[in-house]
Amino acid sequence: MNENKESASDLQPRGRWSPYLVGALLGILSWLVFAVVNTPLGISTPISSAASLCAAPIMGGEAISANAYWTKFPFKWDYHMLFLVGTFLGSLASVLASRNFQLETVPATWAERFGGSKAVRLPAAFLGGTIIMFGARMAGGCTSGHGISGSLQLALSSWVFFLTLFGFGVIAAFFLFRGGSSKT
Amino acid sequence: MTLPITGETARWLAIPFGMLFGALLHRGGVADYNVIVNQFRFRDFTVLKIMLTAIVVGGLGVWMLHGAGYAQYQIKPANLLGVGLGAALFGIGMVLYGYCPGTGVAAIATGSLHALVGFAGMLAGAVLYALSYPWVEKHIQVVAALGKVRLPEITGIPEWGWFAILSAIAAGVFWLLERKTKPGAAAVS
Repeated sequence: MNENKESASDLQPRGRWSPYLVGALLGILSWLVFAVVNTPLGISTPISSAASLCAAPIMGGEAISANAYWTKFPFKWDYHMLFLVGTFLGSLASVLASRNFQLETVPATWAERFGGSKAVRLPAAFLGGTIIMFGARMAGGCTSGHGISGSLQLALSSWVFFLTLFGFGVIAAFFLFRGGSSKT
Repeated sequence: MTLPITGETARWLAIPFGMLFGALLHRGGVADYNVIVNQFRFRDFTVLKIMLTAIVVGGLGVWMLHGAGYAQYQIKPANLLGVGLGAALFGIGMVLYGYCPGTGVAAIATGSLHALVGFAGMLAGAVLYALSYPWVEKHIQVVAALGKVRLPEITGIPEWGWFAILSAIAAGVFWLLERKTKPGAAAVS
């Protein structure tokens, strides 16, 4: 299983930059957004506002406008929503520039443990996405809003978030990937 | 021109700022499922290196900007039960999904179809939270609610002290990682 590629961390695919450089640039981007628009980096708020659009056909417009959460965070093309769009476009531009766009349905690390079945991976990704966003909204932010923006401001909430998330992630990874590559 | 820029101009600046963010996530390798999951398995430390560097570099700059009057802190409230439970779910979800919300969006652009399916899951999770919001606000977010507090206030250690501590931790961790992972990374497993 230690063939050569998949889990070897030192292998830098095309277009990868040093994590220290990327971290420093993200830090500098934080200076910019604080100074220029006074809005910290954040991603999960616009995703949850966008969810109201998807829920509208099912739940009905009235239920959406009556909902206390979406009254507080309604869908609009505001700074946060455009930042979300920008994140997608920036990654797309970067991946096209480095010419490593590649369709992936079952990633290597997952396949090593659970096999290559899409019927397993896709529901798991959906469930993971559901849990992560429910958690992000309950915590009031995600890896961007709490993890980077909040932690760098020395916010207590954000450090509690960061450390708890990491701890539970390690425990979850232990149980999920225990036993290595037993299935193929 | 006075800072901060507000209104319509600020809104459109979100696109270039977002693009820088997305491009950096991709260049850093964190739009890759394997990189994220293997951080939690201690087999790849890219995520930790990026996060710690961003926090120290970003924090020092924002602290100085704040001191000079060019930035305002925006602190999220420390509702410790809500933050703790939410973060625990977030950690579990992150291992299952293999991305966080930001890196998931960046990953969709790189061709990750399971990131796209997980994005639909995120929308579903947001709907579930919106539906449970009144109950959660009433019963969970009020427990151990300390308000918008920062570490310097509650510990008495001043900001420069915290940044000294964080810089020392980061330097120590990076030194250990660079020393350890170079020769025999594969031998660990």
